[in-house]
Amino acid sequence: MELYDGPLDVKEIFGRWLDEQAASNYGAYIPFVGTIRAEDGIEALSFDIYEPVLKAWFDSWQEKAKARGAVVKMAHSIGDVPVHTSSYVSAVFSPKRRVALELIEEFVEDFKANAPIWKYDVKEGKRIYAADRSTPMDGSGLLA
Amino acid sequence: MVKVEFLGPIGKETIEIEAATLSDVAKRLKEESDLAEWLDKCAVAVNDTMVSDLATRLNEGDKVSILPPVCGG
Repeated sequence: MELYDGPLDVKEIFGRWLDEQAASNYGAYIPFVGTIRAEDGIEALSFDIYEPVLKAWFDSWQEKAKARGAVVKMAHSIGDVPVHTSSYVSAVFSPKRRVALELIEEFVEDFKANAPIWKYDVKEGKRIYAADRSTPMDGSGLLA
Repeated sequence: MVKVEFLGPIGKETIEIEAATLSDVAKRLKEESDLAEWLDKCAVAVNDTMVSDLATRLNEGDKVSILPPVCGG
């Protein structure tokens, strides 16, 4: 798991991951790139991350992937990320395509639902919490 | 004393309270009017492990984190 201040250098990250696994004998490598779209007058998105819980979440996914003979990777931005740049990339390597295709979907969807990351729209330099696009994590409401 | 920290957009300073279980934390936080809009949609971690039981025991110095709705990517 890799965290960076500001936008991701997508080509460097994907190229490096490819090089790292060059001799691992995986038949499939499926990358996913999340790019900030220009909409609703935003200049950028901005992110807060709670790293200890994110790391635990990611470690559990590495275990799940390992049990299926695969490897998951991810990188995410902290702070402001301008439109038309990327804040999130992930990838799955597996011996054959079917496992990788299934895992990338499960991994990215669970990431959206349970990775402890908070998103803000940046408009005129101000951060506005993206409340309407955010999802309560599993187990929410315990203290209510 | 246990430490209670409020993550992301909640925007509230960390507080220290007396609590033997998470149930005690719930009781105490319900007294804070600025948390009224948050508690029903927040998840909870104790010492950075997600928890789902109000009976969870707390020890001196434990850290309770309050995690509001998320949206990565």
